[in-house]
Amino acid sequence: MHFLYPMCCFNSLLNLTCQNQNNYIQDHLKSALFDAFCLTADVFNRPLCSLISLFFHFFSSFQMQFMLLFSRQGKLRLQKWYVPLSDKEKKKITRELVQTVLARKPKMCSFLEWRDLKIVYKRYASLYFCCAIEDQDNELITLEIIHRYVELLDKYFGSVCELDIIFNFEKAYFILDEFLLGGEAQETSKKNVLKAIEQADLLQENIDFQMRLFAAPS
Amino acid sequence: MALKIVKGSIDRMFDKNLQDLVRGIRNHKEDEAKYISTCIDEIKQELKQDNIAVKANAVCKLTYLQMLGYDVSWAAFNIVEVMSSSKFTYKLQRIGYLAASQCFHESTDVIMLTTNQIRKDLSSPNQYDTGVALTGLSCFVTPDLARDLANDIMTLMSHTKPYIRKKAVLIMYKVFLKYPESLRPAFPRLKEKLEDPDPVQSAAVNVICELARRNPKNYLSLAPLFFKLMTSSTNNWVLIKIIKLFGALTPLEPRLGKKLIEPLTNLIHTSAMSLLYECVNTVIAVLISLSSGMPNHSASIQLCVQKLRILIEDSDQNKYLGLLAMSKILKTHPKSVQSHKDLILQCLDDKDESIRLRALDLLYGMVSKKNLMEIVKKLMLHVDKAEGTTYRDELLTKIIDICSQSNYQYITNFEYISILVELTRLEGTRHGHLIASQMLDVAIRVKAIRVFAVAQMATLLDNAHLLTGNMQRNGICEVLYAAAWICGEFSHLENPMQTLEAMLRPKVATLPGHIQAVYVQNAAKLFATILKSQEGNTDSTAAQDTSQLMIDRLPLFVQSANLEVQERQASCILQLVKYIQKLQQKDVEVAEEVNALFAGELNPVAPKAQKKVPVPELDLDAWINEPPSESESEDEQPKAIFAKEEPKHSRPRHTEVDEKELARQRREARKQEQANNPFYIKASPSSQKVYQDAPGVEHIPVVQIDLSVPLKVPNALPSDDDDKDPNDPHKALDIDLDPLADSEKLPVRSHRAAEAAKSPAEDGETENATSLEPKKKSSKEKREKKKEKDRDRKKSKEEKKKKKHKHEEKEEDLLGGQADEPAVQSEETSEVAAPPTSTSAEVSDLDFWLSNAPVPSNTQDSEPDEPKDAEMEETKSSKHKKKKQKKEKEEKEKKKKKKHHHHHHHSDGGGEESVQNGTVEEEEPLPPMSNYCLLAENSYIKMVYDIQGNLQDGSQVVVSVIFENKCDSFLKSMEFNVLDSLNSKLQRPEGSGPHDGLTVPFQLPPVSNEARFVFTVQSIVMPQKLKGTLTFIVKNEDSSTHEKLDFKLHFTCTSYLITTPCYDAFAKLLESGDLKGSSVRLEGVNMPFHHLLARICFHHHFSVERIDSCASMYSRSIQGHHVCLLVKTSGQTVSIDAKCDEPTLLGNVLDEIKQTFSQC
Repeated sequence: MHFLYPMCCFNSLLNLTCQNQNNYIQDHLKSALFDAFCLTADVFNRPLCSLISLFFHFFSSFQMQFMLLFSRQGKLRLQKWYVPLSDKEKKKITRELVQTVLARKPKMCSFLEWRDLKIVYKRYASLYFCCAIEDQDNELITLEIIHRYVELLDKYFGSVCELDIIFNFEKAYFILDEFLLGGEAQETSKKNVLKAIEQADLLQENIDFQMRLFAAPS
Repeated sequence: MALKIVKGSIDRMFDKNLQDLVRGIRNHKEDEAKYISTCIDEIKQELKQDNIAVKANAVCKLTYLQMLGYDVSWAAFNIVEVMSSSKFTYKLQRIGYLAASQCFHESTDVIMLTTNQIRKDLSSPNQYDTGVALTGLSCFVTPDLARDLANDIMTLMSHTKPYIRKKAVLIMYKVFLKYPESLRPAFPRLKEKLEDPDPVQSAAVNVICELARRNPKNYLSLAPLFFKLMTSSTNNWVLIKIIKLFGALTPLEPRLGKKLIEPLTNLIHTSAMSLLYECVNTVIAVLISLSSGMPNHSASIQLCVQKLRILIEDSDQNKYLGLLAMSKILKTHPKSVQSHKDLILQCLDDKDESIRLRALDLLYGMVSKKNLMEIVKKLMLHVDKAEGTTYRDELLTKIIDICSQSNYQYITNFEYISILVELTRLEGTRHGHLIASQMLDVAIRVKAIRVFAVAQMATLLDNAHLLTGNMQRNGICEVLYAAAWICGEFSHLENPMQTLEAMLRPKVATLPGHIQAVYVQNAAKLFATILKSQEGNTDSTAAQDTSQLMIDRLPLFVQSANLEVQERQASCILQLVKYIQKLQQKDVEVAEEVNALFAGELNPVAPKAQKKVPVPELDLDAWINEPPSESESEDEQPKAIFAKEEPKHSRPRHTEVDEKELARQRREARKQEQANNPFYIKASPSSQKVYQDAPGVEHIPVVQIDLSVPLKVPNALPSDDDDKDPNDPHKALDIDLDPLADSEKLPVRSHRAAEAAKSPAEDGETENATSLEPKKKSSKEKREKKKEKDRDRKKSKEEKKKKKHKHEEKEEDLLGGQADEPAVQSEETSEVAAPPTSTSAEVSDLDFWLSNAPVPSNTQDSEPDEPKDAEMEETKSSKHKKKKQKKEKEEKEKKKKKKHHHHHHHSDGGGEESVQNGTVEEEEPLPPMSNYCLLAENSYIKMVYDIQGNLQDGSQVVVSVIFENKCDSFLKSMEFNVLDSLNSKLQRPEGSGPHDGLTVPFQLPPVSNEARFVFTVQSIVMPQKLKGTLTFIVKNEDSSTHEKLDFKLHFTCTSYLITTPCYDAFAKLLESGDLKGSSVRLEGVNMPFHHLLARICFHHHFSVERIDSCASMYSRSIQGHHVCLLVKTSGQTVSIDAKCDEPTLLGNVLDEIKQTFSQC
């Protein structure tokens, strides 16, 4: 395990190198990879980790990095990424995180440090709500955001359950988008969020209705 | 028609909607993958239909599948289609944007197509349309989108509806990250939003806080504003952000910290845990940044610790955070944390491992001499209780860390050894090695402990079987290494025979090799000690028994698989013991001699001992051997060896030059061949275009980008003088946010007038001029630009690589070097644009605000001013430095360019640029040359210009004009107009009349900038002059005047020539007799021949092949006339024989050449 760890770093570095579009970073990565090769396993543990952390700094833009909803069985129910990552990287992160969070015992606290991020999660019935934030960010307010979101879902669907989110996943997204924008809470009033959603829904129905009226004669 | 609609709706009835899909997936748990693949096939069918609703349904399903991890990137275009369905229904559009925000990322190329759609949606009268677009944009905004839409979003920041305003404000942050130039112009409006009512205000606070956290120093002036907000706001979300912001600002302005402590401590008494936590964190940060030793702050620390105690005693999650914050305080104020030891020890019993680990971290810093053993004993209890090896290992390392920290500072007695021994009882720990090294370390360091340690180790060796139960798997057997070594080295044993016996047990052979080696070696040491003690006795049998024991047991090790054990230790020692036994049998006293083998005691080394070792006098820079000889001496060597070949080497230098020339020609030929070969894959696709005479790619004039707006290119290649990571998006946002000058506004991406003129040189950024096709459609243009940029990057990278490999090639294409240039230049322009003095006012405001703070003493007030001034000075000097470095760099580039093969015009200053076309091998440095000549000048402005032919179009020439501001005022609304002649016409954008002027697409300052104008010409055989006027407005602080400057553009025949390499057909061309000849003699030319050639090459666009005092030169006009020159020199006379298929053109060119030399 001890010697595998740098290898993991190495692999993820390699992945990052392949995916990254930016030439400059790529060059840096390549040289880092090369350095990693040259050094012995023990020595390069540290610089590589810091390089990875540099990477995360590079991704990091706004408070929240991403939000995932998954079931107790590890099925992803909702994902929202506020940082640009490739699909491959997203999948990898999701897989790792779902495993880590599911492995935690129910009595454990809601925070964990993962890579260079802080993971804040909370379980509501059969669903895990999981957010990733940066080092300096406030865990408690993130927990509050999760709770707010659950409350919003609850108000909208009327005692929400997992199936509501599965079958109306687009609605769940719409609510999330009205509440958070780019990883930042845009509306602190629950009432306003719900009002916006309702009006948008109404608009949608209205236009649907009009469309149908309009389409009927033809 | 009706039938079709009916059919469509029937089709729709059978379509699966999302719910059906989800249900289907749930019903096909066993063969999910197969079911989904059939679904994807169906979706593909649906996407082919015309009905947009069907498509939207399909896209919706795809979004779901994307979440399940299926690749849907192939449907990107369909998503765009659905996105742009706003004219049908809001619902479909909403689905489209959702799909886009889930599936698109920066490298999705169809994003390019969405720009106009998004712009339309943003300006939709319906706020929800706009909202959907904004939300979507926040997920997939790219640098291109950010640049194109920045202005639209900025307008939305002042929308009538707060719903839109808040979204627009938040999304601006994403835009800033992708397009940092937008920050400066947008910032004032963003600041205004801080005054808005709630949702918008909190959005603005969010954005500014995020910006400020990354580059706090630019936002220091906002501190009073935020301070007011902090004391007045009741919204916890906003408060948390503001407090975080202050946490970032205080390290830069210590006075701020003092002012903050009071309101922060007031806020701490809140009931909201998240706010409390944030306050505590910030107070800690503030106190750390404040110089320590301020007595009155211990109260605040105490308060923090108390509040943290509440947190720790609270629910699990708060416990974790409390401990986390506590550890921050611990670093600076360990005393205040130590009083809560009880609480932290309690946390060790917590069910949550992460909390226990946090508590462990804290304990590390809390130990003292008094409580160390108490804590360690408590930890030992936990070790016994601990379940799960990871946590137990963590405990183990923490115990060792705690005990060994700062050279065993807190250890007062021998108990540590017992603890270590006790720790070895842990099964399955990975830290055997760590324990072993601790044992060795302690035993070697502390003499007093050795007896005790040896006794402990002996027991350990005796009970080795307990440790080695499953020894290969775990590392605990490593402690046996230490035990054996300590027993052997410090053999103060009560019962040495027993230990020796234990070390030679057959089971030892199953231990890892390196431990066996230590066993054998130390058995020998032990043997020596035993001999010594036994020889004193009269009974010699005991000693002989001991030898016999050794001889009996050692063969076991001789068979060991480990070489070290087998060779060096066992067989050697075995022989030694056998010899000793022989001697013993003869009753010879051997103990002394045997002991001499292991004489010498190890002493602990003082930490500073290294300093006592004198530093050897070594010059690491000096050559140890003679440096490797140069090529010339290598040439001489074969001369000496192969005497017969001497004639060949008689002029080594000359042949070398010739070889280089040959190599160049060969390379040229190869390039030509490659260019002509359609199957050869080139770096740049557009170079596939084969021109009539297939000129080498290198020979196309390269032009410099002219920046219409002073901007800092975000993704520009890194300049060397910037040691920060230029790719950090936040670094790019490090922008001075002083009040804007009225000329500044958000750069809008519009088509520049000069661009409209289809200037082939517009895309100066692309070094590769083969891609200079005239561009027609804007969208196409953008796409192409991007492609070109990418390609260019790739290319420059390739070039860099090449450079590494072919370092010896002098005529290396230096694209890599040039690529830095845009960055450098833009840096300069942005520097110029920022009014440097305006900061001072705000800074003094801030000073005033801060000095109003209740400050305990005056001395402390004045003190912090100094660092601030120093800082300002520093920034100033760094600016200077930057400039200096830039200059140096330019010089470097100049040097590079001397070796450069083709024209490269650098729009810098007023034309003192030295650019050369030197295919000639350099013998002496050439004087600087420039093709830019004066166009017109008055007290406001100076114009210099250069004319270049356009390769693609035989009837076009490009006039590059550099405008230089000579006064202190702003020059704006510059309009460039020329009175067309029948032969030459200025190209104007479509729709403008033949007498309209062209707007110069920039303002001055920056001091100078370059614009390009395209002219169409019909006949090129005659030089001609065009009259023109430049009108512009001079704007002072108090007035603005309209000014006018007349000029005459001189189109020389030379400007129609394009540097083309002498190609193979050159000789044939001359022989064919199609060309008309003419000749000219230049008298009294007293410059070196290569200077002369370089001049002709440079000013008249010729390529050259030189043979001694004779050179053949070639050029081609834009209309395909061949011009050949044969230049000969003898003394001060230079004769030029020239041939051309157009005698008039030739005559004029020769006249111009003559004039060039008459001028100098």
